[in-house]
Amino acid sequence: MMKITGYADKISAAPGETIKFMVNSEAGKRYRADIVRVICGDENPDGPGYQEKVVKTAANGTYKSRKQVIHAGSFVEIGASDMLDGLESFTMQAFIWPTTPEIGTQAIISKWRDADKAGAALIITKENGSVALCLGNGKGKVQTVHTGKPLIAHEWYFVAATYDAKSKAITLVQEPLHGFETKSDRAVVRRKSTVGKVPNHTMPLTMGAYYKKTDKGRTVCGGHYNGKIDSPRIANRVLSATEMEALKTWPVNTELTNSVIGAWDFSADIKGLKVSDLSANLLHGEIVNLPARAMTGWNWTGEEMNWTNAPGQYGAIHFHDDDIYDAGWEVDFELTIPKGLKSGVYAARLRAGEHEDHIPFAVRAPRGKPTAKVLYLMPSASYQAYANEHMNTDAPVGQLLAGRLVQLDKFNLYLNEHREYGGSCYDSHSDGSGICYSSRMRPILNMRPKHRMWIGATESTLWQFNADTHITDWLEAMNIDYDVISDEDLHYEGLAAIEDYSVVVSSTHPEYHSVEMWDAMDAYQRRGGRLMYLGANGWYWRIQYHSEVPGVIEVRRNEDGIRTWEARTGEYYFSFSGEYGGLWRRNGRAPQKLLGVGFTAQGFDISSYYKRNPDSHKAKVKFIFDGIGRDEKIGDFGLIGNGAAGLELDRADRALGTPPDAYVVASSVEHTDIYLVVCEEMLVSTPGVGGHENELVRADITFHETQNGGAVWSTGSIAWAGSLAHNNYKNNVSRMTKNVLKRFINPKPF
Amino acid sequence: MPSEAESRAIEEFRKTPIGHHSGELQVILNELRGLPMDDKHCLVCTKANREWQLAKTTGVRGKPLKMLSKKFTSLEEAEWYVFKLRWKQLRGETLR
Ligand SMILES: [Fe+2]
Repeated sequence: MMKITGYADKISAAPGETIKFMVNSEAGKRYRADIVRVICGDENPDGPGYQEKVVKTAANGTYKSRKQVIHAGSFVEIGASDMLDGLESFTMQAFIWPTTPEIGTQAIISKWRDADKAGAALIITKENGSVALCLGNGKGKVQTVHTGKPLIAHEWYFVAATYDAKSKAITLVQEPLHGFETKSDRAVVRRKSTVGKVPNHTMPLTMGAYYKKTDKGRTVCGGHYNGKIDSPRIANRVLSATEMEALKTWPVNTELTNSVIGAWDFSADIKGLKVSDLSANLLHGEIVNLPARAMTGWNWTGEEMNWTNAPGQYGAIHFHDDDIYDAGWEVDFELTIPKGLKSGVYAARLRAGEHEDHIPFAVRAPRGKPTAKVLYLMPSASYQAYANEHMNTDAPVGQLLAGRLVQLDKFNLYLNEHREYGGSCYDSHSDGSGICYSSRMRPILNMRPKHRMWIGATESTLWQFNADTHITDWLEAMNIDYDVISDEDLHYEGLAAIEDYSVVVSSTHPEYHSVEMWDAMDAYQRRGGRLMYLGANGWYWRIQYHSEVPGVIEVRRNEDGIRTWEARTGEYYFSFSGEYGGLWRRNGRAPQKLLGVGFTAQGFDISSYYKRNPDSHKAKVKFIFDGIGRDEKIGDFGLIGNGAAGLELDRADRALGTPPDAYVVASSVEHTDIYLVVCEEMLVSTPGVGGHENELVRADITFHETQNGGAVWSTGSIAWAGSLAHNNYKNNVSRMTKNVLKRFINPKPF
Repeated sequence: MPSEAESRAIEEFRKTPIGHHSGELQVILNELRGLPMDDKHCLVCTKANREWQLAKTTGVRGKPLKMLSKKFTSLEEAEWYVFKLRWKQLRGETLR
């Protein structure tokens, strides 16, 4: 098991800028950190071999080990307030949509001091999954009064608890909004408290969890609730049923207003962290660990799909016990990028005994001063979408997709046992709902050199970050100077981040793009920029970054495309921005428009090769095949599935936007039946969608010109880069790639 | 005993565990490889591209894999070994 893990506060930095590194080390007293330039992360002895170069920096050295842990699970925290601290009698009420009522204690609204078990909390009880009020006197007496009627998962309820400090009377309300009357989970329960005085305290009010302690400035909670909460309220006295009914919505009449301590509206500030109190007390709070916002509320009618048009129906937040935004670790060391350090993909290599981890980042060229004609766009958004993917242990379809046994490595084993590190946007939360946010403010253990991922084809079995080192390895082997930026740089800086480069080289799998990134790439091409798209499944999903906090993306798996989970109807618009999520194809921008090709099929067993098409002999595109024979099979070799055409495949299609003057110069053939046409191509499910039969199961290599001398060359296959190093880089995949790169560097129009 | 058609598919698998397969074999593999995650065989890579150890996933989040003692030096060998185990589990028949 890994004993050293870490993350950085930035994904890229230019000379003179500083990156902070946060490390968890349980491996000995000290560990060594070295900055390395990552060249090839593939350990396969049949390939070019693992290559990294230590770079001397002031950060290299040994550091003291310390354990740093992640506290996962989201909640709302309301700031300190005398009014809450002084609460004697009260009413707590909310709408809830629990997803796992059966798993144990889950707090809905909580004013709790865990150290001596003092305070009050409206919870779901571990006894039987029903709504309960928990009271603690701080002297060892804790009383939990519950309705005794288990909640049904994925149904809305109105729930409330009242407590009269004088008479000690407790009332519990559990009111289903569903109509399954024979389920009989409606309840009003009246009891007397037996714990005596419930002491006041100054611990924070929380929702979706109960307060446990503060660990180095981080609020640590227990009793994490899975499910939605909508319209939580607190009043300073026992409300009648009529008053509770009135307080479900806002505003309420003056007399009732005077008793309201807080009436929180989760539909305000959906894009941000803030949670707003509608009452005059302004007891605003914040969400912690990014629970899902812009979720349909108790009153969602189904008539409106866009929360920005009807925020009042999107007053729910969906909390998860495994949400994580920022691990919040303390900084262990910092690196100021030395002046003159060559742009590239780097990592902080951490070592202690046999334990090792790498924290990758991009070193950019000095700001505004490109040092090369070629730019490699490191797809950090796609790395983030895949961050800490758990399909290898969680998804039964893995071995069907891979057409073989799933392989795990030390990173996978660690992630399986450390669920607090959070999942990817391919995983589901513990309650089965999809993970729509993914942050890099935590160790991303599959964004690592040496990592092997089950879905990458044999023999090297690489995917995303490590597969992309086949590209950086090739650039180095070919002695081509290149600069590197990350997706995030492109997102925040737009065209300016890339416009000075003659050629942008993509990664193997640049799948996730914000509209800012999309527009920048489009503008770059129109102004004469040239793109080499060395992958597939690119520019596929729309994403957005958070507007207030760094390093986190949102994905909504809407109505179409290859999806490992599905966004719930009505939840198709980003909480971060209000934009419609889902596929770019469903946003009017199929990848073919930008790339000439777009996603068409996938399979993960073995790869295949391409054959030249008649287009390849036309004068304009002859340069691509310089030195390559008429009938040569293109890429019938390689480290990824033993072929250059494999994993995910893209094809040209005029109807989807391939420019009419695009050249389709080669197409792949002979894919296995593990390769299947993507679901967005199937309006009617039909037999014959496998590689043996279906002509949509192919990768096309295309070339097209854009305005002002720009051009796009696309390979349509994720496996392409795995063939570059074959036969000491002397092969037709490498040759073709180099032909194009040399020509693209040359400013002459085509 | 496997049927004649099954025997043909099994022989095909033994020769080519990963790659192009007949429809008959693919149907069998869909069943064998589509088993649920509890106690499902998988591999843990112990030496890059040279050695793999047999293991089983648990189907329970967070629960460690069960590491088995069997190790392989080729993926083809591992595929055949697990194929036989699964055949035994699902069909009750021992393949040699
Ligand atoms: Fe993908």
